Amino acid sequence: MDNLRERIKGFVIDNFLFGDEEGLEDQTSFLDAGIVDSTGILELVDFLDDEFKIKISDEEILPENLDSINNIIRFLGKKLQS
Amino acid sequence: MTDCVSFSSEILRINAKQEVARIIDRLRFIMKKKLKRRGIVVGLSGGIDSSVTCALAVEAFGPERVFGLHMPERDSSEETLFMSKMISNHLMIKSAHEDISGILEAVKFYKRYNDAVRSIIPEYGESWKSKIVTSDITENRGFTFFSVVAQAPDGKLIKKRLPLKIYLEILAATNFKQRTRKMLEYYYADLLHYAVAGTPNRLEYDQGFFVKQGDGAADIKPIAHLYKTQVYQLAEYLEVPEIIRKRPATTDTYSLSQGQDEFYFFLPYEQMDLCMYGKNIGIEPSLVAEATGLTTEQVDYIFRDIDRKRSTTRYLHMQPLLVGNVPEIHS
Repeated sequence: MDNLRERIKGFVIDNFLFGDEEGLEDQTSFLDAGIVDSTGILELVDFLDDEFKIKISDEEILPENLDSINNIIRFLGKKLQS
Repeated sequence: MTDCVSFSSEILRINAKQEVARIIDRLRFIMKKKLKRRGIVVGLSGGIDSSVTCALAVEAFGPERVFGLHMPERDSSEETLFMSKMISNHLMIKSAHEDISGILEAVKFYKRYNDAVRSIIPEYGESWKSKIVTSDITENRGFTFFSVVAQAPDGKLIKKRLPLKIYLEILAATNFKQRTRKMLEYYYADLLHYAVAGTPNRLEYDQGFFVKQGDGAADIKPIAHLYKTQVYQLAEYLEVPEIIRKRPATTDTYSLSQGQDEFYFFLPYEQMDLCMYGKNIGIEPSLVAEATGLTTEQVDYIFRDIDRKRSTTRYLHMQPLLVGNVPEIHS
């Protein structure tokens, strides 16, 4: 799980924050913090699809699944199990 | 302080006569003191915003100092040219017809666009039509995504969500249209020593519904402070032909007819106007919900989305940034 967290966090820091993780906590809302916009959401979905070999459906593109590192971990946990 | 109890669509009603007089006064002042050009070029789409902008320019400077441009292309709806010529005839201004299909062909717009769509819908052919639509923000609670909707010649519709790469390919290609039109507007502006008018209304200007260095580029934007419903009020006062005033708001960007509320604003402009105005003056979401027929939860999402779009839009409004001072220019 820690490895999962690191991979996701690494992507967010690298891709959206140019390597500067200041202000990013595991519970930080990407949208509220201005970390992702509508294009960023697509980048995030693409990354998760590719990195974890999953297919995120339209109905799953929701803040409770994708709007923070914690939410993604929770979502991925369920998704990878199923 | 606005009376919250009376918050309704009536709150956006303005005195059109006074507002037109005020805009004319400002246009003349800006032209004389700042732009120092001899007239105005307006790109005409046959829609309400460019028609009102053009009518205001005519009121301010006279028809002989306003030049209209008709710039349809292969994907434009059939009525676009008819409507845009109607307004230039109605206002008795000079105008030119520049079909931009050839330029778009030269920059491989159609090929780039079709290839991108075909990469997700392989059967997409030359005679198919398509458009981009956005997901419903109130259903996805702020996590929007885009889909391409393609229509086969037999009417069959296919809808596919766009992955990042294809979305960006379509967006980048489509922006050729707005940038090509602006290039021609500035060609005529240079030719005539005129300024270029931009035609965004407040929703578009505030929320970034424009292309940077495309339709976002202009010397003056006469209706950028007005909500869309107010633009319609001015249209009526300025006697813009009824057929233009009744025309549904469309982006006229894709081959398949696309309403603005399918691509960017999620809501019809009447509701979007009220949501933005309510948010701007600090009205509670529950009262905005009552006035718009939305739920309070939906208005909450709209309010948050307005903030997010404002944040994204800063880049679009930004002038080129320098990393050192040039005090002689930026004193």
